[in-house]
Amino acid sequence: MATVRLSFSPAPVHVRTARLVGVAVARRAGVAEDLLDEVRLAIGEACTRAVALHNQYNLPDLVMVEMSDADSYTVRVIDRAPIEASIGLTKLPPDELADESLTDEALTTGVGFALLAGFVDDLQVRPVEEGAGTEVRMVWPVHRR
Amino acid sequence: MELSLTSRTVGEHTVLDVGGEVDVYTAPRLRERLVELVDGGSRHVVVDLGRVDFLDSTGLGVLVGALKRLRAASGTFGLVCSKEPLLKIFRITALDQVFPIYPSIEAATSTASGERDDTPPTA
Repeated sequence: MATVRLSFSPAPVHVRTARLVGVAVARRAGVAEDLLDEVRLAIGEACTRAVALHNQYNLPDLVMVEMSDADSYTVRVIDRAPIEASIGLTKLPPDELADESLTDEALTTGVGFALLAGFVDDLQVRPVEEGAGTEVRMVWPVHRR
Repeated sequence: MELSLTSRTVGEHTVLDVGGEVDVYTAPRLRERLVELVDGGSRHVVVDLGRVDFLDSTGLGVLVGALKRLRAASGTFGLVCSKEPLLKIFRITALDQVFPIYPSIEAATSTASGERDDTPPTA
C-alpha cells in the first residue's frame, strides 16, 4: 500500500497541481487508462470546491488531498469550512441551469456536484472526524499488473 | 497546457477558438474575453472547444454566463465540440439541453443569426 499526501494554500493556481499528482498516482496504482480523465476531472472538482469554500470563509488553512492505493484507489479531499457549507449540495435541473436568477456561484457549485456524482460511482461527502470541515472521498477500482 | 484564446470573424459570427485547460485558475480569462466580445458589439458568438484539453465546472459556468449575456442582448451563443469526453461533461450536467452544440464551425455559423436557436442540434 502506498499513500501520497498533498497540502496546498487555497488558491486556484494549485488545483492543477493536485490534478496532475492525483492522475500520476492513479496511473501508478493501476487505475484503468480510460478512467484517468474522470479521475482528473473529479479531483479537480473536489479541490475547486474546497478552494472556493476556504475563500468564501476567509480561511488560510491548507486544503489536504490524500491518495492511497490499498485495495482500490482512494482520494480524500479535505476542507476546513463549516459543515453547513456542504448542506444543500444538489444537482440542478436543466431548466434552472440558465435561469437568470441563478448566481454564478450557485451554478458552478451545482454543476461541480453533478460532475462529481456523475463521474464517481463510489462518492461520499461527510464531516471530518475532528474540528470543522468536510471530506470528499472518491474511490476507483484498480487492476494490479 | 496554458489557456489560449483567439477570436476571428466568420460572416456575422465571432468565433472564439479556445485551447488548453479551462479551470478555476484560467476561467476568469475566458470570462473577460467573452465580456469584451459582447461589450465590443459581437452579438452572434461561437466558442470552438476543439483544442480544449480540460474543462471543469468553473469553465462551464463562464459559458453559461456568456449565453445569458447574449440572450439579454438579443444575440446568439453556440458551442463547437465533437470530443466525446467533453460531450459527456455536457450530458452529465444537462448543459447539453441548454447550449446549442455543433459538430463544426461551418454548422455553427450557418445558423441564421437573426433567429434564436433554442434547439441543440447534437448530443
